[in-house]
Amino acid sequence: MYDTSDIRKGLKIMVDGSPYTVVEFQFVKPGKGAAFTRTKMKNLLTGAVLERNLRSGDKLEPADVETKTMQYLYADADSFIFMDTSTYDQVNIPKATVGDSADFMPENINVEVLFFNGRAVGVSLPNFIEQTVMEAEPGFRGDTATGATKPAKISTGASINVPLFISVGDVIKIDTRTGEYLERVGRA
Amino acid sequence: MPASLGTLAARARILKAVRAWFDAQGFLEVDTPARVRSPGQEVHLDAIAAGDGYWLITSPEYHMKRLVAAGCTRIVQIGKCWRADEHGPHHRTEFTMIEWYRAGEPLEALADDCEQLVRVAVQAAGRPPAALGIDAPFVRTTVRELVARHAGIELAGDEDATALRARVAAAGVRPGSATAWDDIFYQLFLDRIEPALARSRPTFVFDWPAPLAALARPKPDDPRVVERFELYAGGLELANAFGELTDAIEQRRRFEDEARLRAERGKAVYPIDEELLAALPAMPATAGIALGFDRLVMFALGATDIADVTAFTAI
Repeated sequence: MYDTSDIRKGLKIMVDGSPYTVVEFQFVKPGKGAAFTRTKMKNLLTGAVLERNLRSGDKLEPADVETKTMQYLYADADSFIFMDTSTYDQVNIPKATVGDSADFMPENINVEVLFFNGRAVGVSLPNFIEQTVMEAEPGFRGDTATGATKPAKISTGASINVPLFISVGDVIKIDTRTGEYLERVGRA
Repeated sequence: MPASLGTLAARARILKAVRAWFDAQGFLEVDTPARVRSPGQEVHLDAIAAGDGYWLITSPEYHMKRLVAAGCTRIVQIGKCWRADEHGPHHRTEFTMIEWYRAGEPLEALADDCEQLVRVAVQAAGRPPAALGIDAPFVRTTVRELVARHAGIELAGDEDATALRARVAAAGVRPGSATAWDDIFYQLFLDRIEPALARSRPTFVFDWPAPLAALARPKPDDPRVVERFELYAGGLELANAFGELTDAIEQRRRFEDEARLRAERGKAVYPIDEELLAALPAMPATAGIALGFDRLVMFALGATDIADVTAFTAI
């Protein structure tokens, strides 16, 4: 068990049955009372943020969570198959757990998989990926400055908005958090 | 970040203005020992050892009360106090406290003092009073009112800890592992009341429940609460005031309770201040208060961290 003196950024603890990571904390001591640690935490499953005033001496249950770097190999009907890059063990993660992240998860990419009580519960992608455009309307050379865009498909099947000058075979950089096109980085 | 030169200059101006104000009110500035055998006995205040069985004061109150008992009527002290293991944006192990006593005067006189002092500090800092919400009279309320308004709980002050815990839990506050009355209360206070106070204009909170009496005397017309107020301003707890307990028998009982609680929690137990107890019977009805000077400067300058208003941060 932890207690409040162990609280630091990144500490993983259980709150109401869910794993949380400490985002911010502050020493507070009201009136003539005991010391408390005002603790802001993020739910590792939902991303929801919670604030709790934890009294000095309160016990905190460590959350059994760990992240592993894994390589995405392929998909079957209802799951994605990943390989632990250090042990070469393979795990199946349900498509529902991966969710929308799958849009920006091309084969062979390395991702961080979050395990809670030994079970994979989430996948986090690198913030940026570079992908080759597979399908797009023909490009218009020279048209770089207007704000106009068109849809383009990448290998995952996801469609993103790109500037008109982008054409099939271009390698583009994408922000996986927003799904936005950032820049053209070359040709495949 | 340590304070800038401009902030240090403002801090010095505020200190000068505060001293001048006390002088104009007829206060005698005193200087009592910082290294003592009996530091504050309270359960949640830990003193720093100063060698040979001595401790650094957590507050100058015991010696200042002995001066009141000896005949001083209006005294003030501006000096350092030390509290072990207190580090945070509003806390330092070493800080500057203004402590003053008015013999023969009621607790409300100290609230009036605070209103004036805060205005004096803001003026010395050269900041517009309206921006800090001090252009109108400060709010005056009670613990019961705040608990009723922000948690929907009727708090009497004489309920036992089990009953309090049940009511607090029913209001949706999680008291955790707390079993002591004060621990349950402060969970409620931090979760529900302090956030509301932080958004409000400067507020005096009067009439604290008897289990939080510390060195305050029971209210004659309702002994379930004591003559005590705290001043909150800008999210800071600025001051704590008591109608001082002068009953030496009751004071000894509280000291013994606190010593027992400290022992139970594995904390250092300080000797009971027999000289204070011997002096209490000679002490007239008195109101006394401690106000954190660093926090007053923070409020006047709009600083959010005590480090922003002190010259050196690594203490």
